[in-house]
Amino acid sequence: MIYADNAATTRMSKTAKKALTEMMDGVWGNPSSLYVHGQKAREALEEAREKIAAAIGAEPREIIFTSGGSEADNQAIRSAAEIGKQKGKTHILSSTIEHHAVLHTLERLQKEGFEVELLPVSEKGMIRPEQVAEAIREDTCLVTVMYANNEIGTIQPIAEIGNICREKQVLFHTDAVQAIGHIPVNVREDQVDLLSASAHKFHGPKGIGFLYARKGVRLTSLIEGGAQERGKRAGTENVPAAAAMAAALEEAVARMPETAARLTAVRDRLIRGLGQIPHAALNGDAERRLPGNVNFCFEGIEGESLLLLLDDRGICASSGSACTSGSLDPSHVLLAIGRVHDVAHGSLRLSIGEDITDAEADQIIRDVKEVVAYLRGFSPIWRDLMAGKKPFIL
Amino acid sequence: MALYSEKVMDHFRNPRNVGFLEDANGVGEVGNAKCGDIMKMYLKIEDDIVRDVKFETFGCGSAIASSSMATELIKGQPVSEVRKLTNKAVAEALDGLPDYKMHCSVLAEEAIQAALEDYENRTNR
Repeated sequence: MIYADNAATTRMSKTAKKALTEMMDGVWGNPSSLYVHGQKAREALEEAREKIAAAIGAEPREIIFTSGGSEADNQAIRSAAEIGKQKGKTHILSSTIEHHAVLHTLERLQKEGFEVELLPVSEKGMIRPEQVAEAIREDTCLVTVMYANNEIGTIQPIAEIGNICREKQVLFHTDAVQAIGHIPVNVREDQVDLLSASAHKFHGPKGIGFLYARKGVRLTSLIEGGAQERGKRAGTENVPAAAAMAAALEEAVARMPETAARLTAVRDRLIRGLGQIPHAALNGDAERRLPGNVNFCFEGIEGESLLLLLDDRGICASSGSACTSGSLDPSHVLLAIGRVHDVAHGSLRLSIGEDITDAEADQIIRDVKEVVAYLRGFSPIWRDLMAGKKPFIL
Repeated sequence: MALYSEKVMDHFRNPRNVGFLEDANGVGEVGNAKCGDIMKMYLKIEDDIVRDVKFETFGCGSAIASSSMATELIKGQPVSEVRKLTNKAVAEALDGLPDYKMHCSVLAEEAIQAALEDYENRTNR
């Protein structure tokens, strides 16, 4: 099997698994208990917090553990909205290509009376810092722009946006779920106030993530209960998962230069190879792009059938077609970068991991070429395109 | 567990009657690219019998499988029988489709009915 869907989830690293099982075996006490067995768990939890803080340039007390990226996004946005509301500020700025954890939280806030403005992106999927500067108003309480996009891999100018927000004294949140552990992130340099991350995207376990909240940014609890996480996130902490997340992140950060260089080389090999397919186009920016992300649209075919046939050939990938989302609309990200419906349905996302070989990349290129040609062979759209009955878009 | 039944996967992997008919006397195309499914049916009808049928489909696995199964169900059948073909029959013959994919079987039914209509329009002229 060639696993090329690391943006969906990653396999746990040996280091993370070791940390997880060691904690489960030996340090299974409740960190809130006062006896030594409990306090050992407290120590392990705080050690995990320190490692995570160090990996992103934060202080340990600025990190709280959550169930994952979605919860962190929800809590960050709700907290900023609450702070804004108390000051009479109810305008929120975001982008059209955010993850649904952000977009759906914003939709909910809109129903509660907030005004949400989604900034359009360029055809490469980029936000310009000036767009943010121009759109910020007196009553803006939050800017939330994702660090790197989960579908098309574009890396936004976060430090520039952070600088603008800091100058204008507006809270800035970034969903960094796809970025953390893959590209360098430093919350001080980027001037970020709130940041969300998820462990299973960087070879940690599922069901855990973290929220960074700059000192002084008051968080609102989504889950009420005990006083865990300084009263901001109730529920007994998942110490083994936190320790495993920290171990995974520490390892990912230590290896990042090497991994990113290798992934970027294979990524570009894939982009070159798939780019040879006629009437195909790369989605997203070729340069400002996550090291492991490849995303193409192939005209005349539909993504789900492409995925199923690739699965038959042992390749795990993903698509932004409607059929893979369970709705009639294809990916909102592909539509936002200007891909029309016909073309957006024929998308393929490959998100490669560091263990991929050049031979596997070449295998992917061969298989995608064959499958695309096969599906085009009985596609009525392709027939019309080839017959000149309608113009090619790509 | 897989997304689809074995039957669906069989018809998806090895679609029957796939392609295009030069001498079709009834052609029907339904769906639109916006929703991500287009089906085109080519019928060759002689003496009120569907002598040959081919299809072309742009769409997901279940759309391709539904087209394929629908062509199997009508090949060699009298027009009066073909007219009775329902999407339910197509879905049942495939050992079922996930709820949100039932519209694929509807498209298959509609494509065939559209091709029949085209045939009737041509012959009644």
